[in-house]
Amino acid sequence: MTRIPLRPLARILSAREAGENPALIEQENLAHRHEALHAKARNRAEGRLLFMGLAFFAAFTVIGARMALLAGTEPMEPRSAGPGAEILTQRADITDRNGRVLATNLSTNALYAQPRDMVDPKGSALKLAEIFPDLSAEDLERRFTDGRSFLWVRKVLSPEQQQAVHDIGDPGLLFGPRDMRLYPNGALAAHVLGGASFGAEGVASAEVIGTAGIEKALDARLRDPAQVATPLVLSIDLTVQAAVEEVLDIGMKMMNAKGAAAVLMDVHTGEVLALASLPDFDPNERPQPILKGDPGDSPLFNRAVQGVYELGSTFKIFAAAQAMELGLVNPETMVDANAPMIWGKFKINEFEGHNYGPLLSVSDVIAKSSNVGTARMALLIGGLRQQAFLKSLGMFDATPLELVEAPGAKPIIPKKWPDIVTITASYGHGVAASPMHLAAAYSSIANGGTLVKPTLLHQDERQEGPRVVSEHVGLQAVAMLRRVVTEGTASYGEVPGYAVAGKTGTADKPKPTGGYYKDKVVNTFASVFPADNPQYTLILTLDEPVETSGPKPRRTAGYTAVPVAAEVIRRVAPLLGLRPEIELPPMNGLTAVKN
Amino acid sequence: MRPLAYLLSALAVMALAFWAYHSNYATQQALKDVSKLNREIAALRDALSIQRAEWAYLNRPDRLRELSTINFDALGLLALQSEQFGQAAQVAFPAPDMPVEILPEITTPVDVSGDQEPFP
Repeated sequence: MTRIPLRPLARILSAREAGENPALIEQENLAHRHEALHAKARNRAEGRLLFMGLAFFAAFTVIGARMALLAGTEPMEPRSAGPGAEILTQRADITDRNGRVLATNLSTNALYAQPRDMVDPKGSALKLAEIFPDLSAEDLERRFTDGRSFLWVRKVLSPEQQQAVHDIGDPGLLFGPRDMRLYPNGALAAHVLGGASFGAEGVASAEVIGTAGIEKALDARLRDPAQVATPLVLSIDLTVQAAVEEVLDIGMKMMNAKGAAAVLMDVHTGEVLALASLPDFDPNERPQPILKGDPGDSPLFNRAVQGVYELGSTFKIFAAAQAMELGLVNPETMVDANAPMIWGKFKINEFEGHNYGPLLSVSDVIAKSSNVGTARMALLIGGLRQQAFLKSLGMFDATPLELVEAPGAKPIIPKKWPDIVTITASYGHGVAASPMHLAAAYSSIANGGTLVKPTLLHQDERQEGPRVVSEHVGLQAVAMLRRVVTEGTASYGEVPGYAVAGKTGTADKPKPTGGYYKDKVVNTFASVFPADNPQYTLILTLDEPVETSGPKPRRTAGYTAVPVAAEVIRRVAPLLGLRPEIELPPMNGLTAVKN
Repeated sequence: MRPLAYLLSALAVMALAFWAYHSNYATQQALKDVSKLNREIAALRDALSIQRAEWAYLNRPDRLRELSTINFDALGLLALQSEQFGQAAQVAFPAPDMPVEILPEITTPVDVSGDQEPFP
């Protein structure tokens, strides 16, 4: 910027010559300079004002436009547009291993009343009592008129009942939507499924919670919103379960038993294919637990899992297998079986005072079910090793089955383990376990000697548990069990086409006051089939059976539990897809030639 | 030139306004359709689950057993037996192909061909 001098020499000189005041020139120039500065400052201020004005204009425009937009559009709730986002049910279905429904949900309605809105409480109460015979009109009327503002009338309604209530037309009777748990197969697998009921209840919805069985044990999984669309697949096979329950029910009635239980288990995967306990109940209308008497007599009692019984001679195979595993005996070794055996102040007898001795091979000890022979083997093994072996088979702990009842069903084990306990435990007395324990232990021996844990969930692979006995010993033990059926105490267990191997067990029931009943027994048949390649274990228990076809009542497992178990295997083995080993009819000549 | 530009831009603004108006309503309609379809899907799924439950109820083993007992004369259904397992060798070979002209023409479902025997 060129700066104009305030007193330019040329003008000063000419002004002096003309006799003018040169100071005027300086003032003039100073005024020019101020003017220029002023104009510049003004421009700058104007620019700033304009910018501010624009900024305010833009801001008010945006606000105004947004207000206009809000005022000019319809109010609407924001929504997620993801398809299928609606939650349909709040609890996953339960299916059997083939996808057939065992438990599902049904939409229904609950009925509630708001008496303040009711037009005709008396008339409505009368009509409601007609629709629901279990409600009394007086009771309803009293509750409608005692000043309360809200009350539940019914938890679930059928569509017909709902229409009938709707037809009453009282504005104080209202419906609330409900998800109801439905067990379409009725009492089938009732003890596995357990039951469900409503938890926290509101007018708009109610939570469905499991009350027993797998419904309660896996409640978190069934209610998990992330998994609610995928059904819970059980290891149960619906057809097999139905066949087992049918045969067991007939067998229980024929043998005059007051209860029965059966467990069918895959020896390799530990999957429980059928679990039956009779008497049973309908989980759709789960009965109330009985308050007096023995809870073991309630239909809710799961004999297969909760029923901790002394399982008797079925334990003998554990002593034999362990003695063989330790190399103390082999199947042909002769052991002392001279009855009665005196041990301290105790006397060990055989059944009905027999004496199978003086010497019996290990295989015959099992086949003839000799208490003394087994006791001698147990004494060879010793108490400590015997305890360790039974513990390794899972006999000392509750089963890890996915039922809420399972952890409570702990086996009853004596606190001290003197020699007499070693002796009695070897033939299943003084130690009590559930049929499920026995199934797991027999499976662990029959599958080649690795421990399996029973499970109710569908498995794809066989379990690779820790080894309990060597494969060779497992095979020998199954061969001994096979002899029990072919030559021993379980001769009624022979099923054409399927080589059944098993061991009978008869145990006297303990009195609540101490001691044992003379005429009340628990009969068990623990079996494995087919014997040459064991696939399945079946444990069948009858509670207080008596077989009365002969001249005197018979209460040994060979006459009660074994024929029922044989019938179960005869029915179930084809359903499991097991090919029988049967002599086929001769082919006709033409076919033979063509082949 | 300038009036033409004004006119064109005014027209362009009107066209854009019309397009915006149109797509606004089209979007709203699409959203309504989606929510209607979602409700329909939910209702159908609900119906499906009810039918699945009903199917399971009608096919419960107790009922099938009763039905097969009631209709035993017509169906003769028995429980699966081990004897029903067979071998591949027991299955008959298919009949060999025959020339078409040898085969008698089928007129009625039951057709008997052969010489008629004299009535005694």
